[in-house]
Amino acid sequence: MTYTTDVPRAEFAEITTEGGRAPRRRAPRRKTINTVIWFVVLLAFTAIVLYPLVWLLFSTFKPSSEFGQNPGLLPENPTIDNYVKVVEGIGGTPLWQFFANSLFIAVMAVIGTLISSALAAYAFARIKFRGVGVLFAAMIGTLLLPFHVIIIPQYILFNKLELVDTYWPLILPKFLATEAFFVFLIVQFIRNIPRDMDEAARIDGAGHLRIFFSIIVPLIKPALITSAIFTFIWTWNDFLGPLLYVNSPEKYPLPIALRLYNDATSTSDYGATVAVSFLALLPILIFFIVFQRFLVEGVATQGLKG
Amino acid sequence: MSTETESIVTAEAGSRSMRRGMRELRRAEGGGTPPVSAGRRAHGRRETIAGYGFLVPWLIGFLGLTVGPMIYSLYLAFTKYNLFTEPEWVGFDNFVRMFTDDPNYLQSVQITLVYVLVGTPIKLAAALGIALLLNYRNKGSGFFRSSFYAPSLIGASVSVAIVWRAMFSTGGPVDGSLNLFGIQLGGWVGNVALVLPMMILLAVWQFGAPMVIFLAGLKQVPAELYEAAEVDGAGPVRKFWSVTIPMLSPVIFFNLLLETINAFQVFASAFIISNGSGGPAGMTNFYTVYLYKRGFADLQMGYASAMAWVLVVVVAIIAFILFKTQKSWVHYAGENR
Repeated sequence: MTYTTDVPRAEFAEITTEGGRAPRRRAPRRKTINTVIWFVVLLAFTAIVLYPLVWLLFSTFKPSSEFGQNPGLLPENPTIDNYVKVVEGIGGTPLWQFFANSLFIAVMAVIGTLISSALAAYAFARIKFRGVGVLFAAMIGTLLLPFHVIIIPQYILFNKLELVDTYWPLILPKFLATEAFFVFLIVQFIRNIPRDMDEAARIDGAGHLRIFFSIIVPLIKPALITSAIFTFIWTWNDFLGPLLYVNSPEKYPLPIALRLYNDATSTSDYGATVAVSFLALLPILIFFIVFQRFLVEGVATQGLKG
Repeated sequence: MSTETESIVTAEAGSRSMRRGMRELRRAEGGGTPPVSAGRRAHGRRETIAGYGFLVPWLIGFLGLTVGPMIYSLYLAFTKYNLFTEPEWVGFDNFVRMFTDDPNYLQSVQITLVYVLVGTPIKLAAALGIALLLNYRNKGSGFFRSSFYAPSLIGASVSVAIVWRAMFSTGGPVDGSLNLFGIQLGGWVGNVALVLPMMILLAVWQFGAPMVIFLAGLKQVPAELYEAAEVDGAGPVRKFWSVTIPMLSPVIFFNLLLETINAFQVFASAFIISNGSGGPAGMTNFYTVYLYKRGFADLQMGYASAMAWVLVVVVAIIAFILFKTQKSWVHYAGENR
């Protein structure tokens, strides 16, 4: 662990030093050995870290009777019965309905978050007005706030408005930029955009709305995409929200429907539960594989280079 | 509605930006906007209108869905309220009951503290260790980085909780592999002594998010510092403690703050693994699970609000302590941006 920085530096040295032949020749062999060890160690870690997901995938082909009997990866009697069974759904609601519900909520959440967060971020990053500092600090503060302190009053509020058992309590907050993280992310991004173009547009008589829509929005696309992906995934995975607000089984999004499978069938039909778990995870995993660079790199560099 | 993952990613937004926010707060406290000449006052007013105009959705959400509910929740904490009758003022009764007359509450506090105080350091140590390992070489590390990050993205989901429970059940893969070594522990899920370690392992499994931040931080440590240390005769261990750790301290601070706060809020996995019961013997009855049970299953919304405010105060104290002590161990090298 401690020799972390040796190699980048060694490469650096190779480029800059002229004629240092002897050390150059010795270095590569040691480097090759180190690299091999490095790969082996990391591959081992990867196998451990990803094992639960691989196990999940293979387990979906195990008959329920094998759970608790066959701890291994491969099914003894592979079958696609689990999938055939779960497609029918549960309690009279077909499986696709739960997917459609989740998709609807997630898409609305993405739209709401992008619009409201981008507007707020522009104000924080580009408009100088009284109180902007205090409000920005308050927004940062909500990032650290344990959200459990607001779920009870929010529930009472939505209950009074008779919006329980609708999707409004899940979607409306997204249109009001309550996910401060995304406001923050986009603020960071806008701050890195040079002001020259704004100022040129300003001189030409453009107002903030014009500058926002025709200059800023096209330039912050990467931040918007990152926000969209994260909003989608978090909303898709969200459990507490729909647990509180959605009561009718035909309106259930996947995480709550999964609970239905889990409660109803956990003792008798593990196969079905595991198959639905995998199907619920699949869109997220595909998203991740497609956009992983965006997610991992985008966020890490955006934040730290702030 | 926030989830665990969410704030994990928040951490990635980085410490530097956080400090900028703090600076802005300080600036705002100290005198507000600089005085403007009379000619520019009209311009200033237009800017103010535009500023608040853009902020309308956020302001409605902030006041209506965050500040307002917080104040109402503080009021409810001093009442008895079941959603159907009017709240009844009971003074400090809820708080007194919590600490003197509710063993379930005290147990919940205890296991949550164990979870936070044991799980977070292990998770961060794993994140830092793997980040150092990844930083050793650039080529090929992208694949590993993404693979390690994946659990952070899905770790709080119901699917993963179900997998975790299946993996740690009697005859599941974990039990099966331990049996190979002659260790007969049986299932972890129903075991009072093992279910908490199982939950901690689930948290540690999600080390990828802080790892990504550590890695980004490591990449910004200037190579000259290592060269200078080497000239002074420092070995790898010395370089780690005297260069890497101090240079990384802002990132360590940031990860520590956010991961600690997050760990207090673990909910979905414990809820699913115990089927909402917090069992066995209350060993997965984490603070938020108990809060949910009191508030929404028993409809004791006053009591649950009091619990929520205790959590807010605890989190605020932890954040305060971390911010206060950072002067002594967090090293901000390039404060001049």
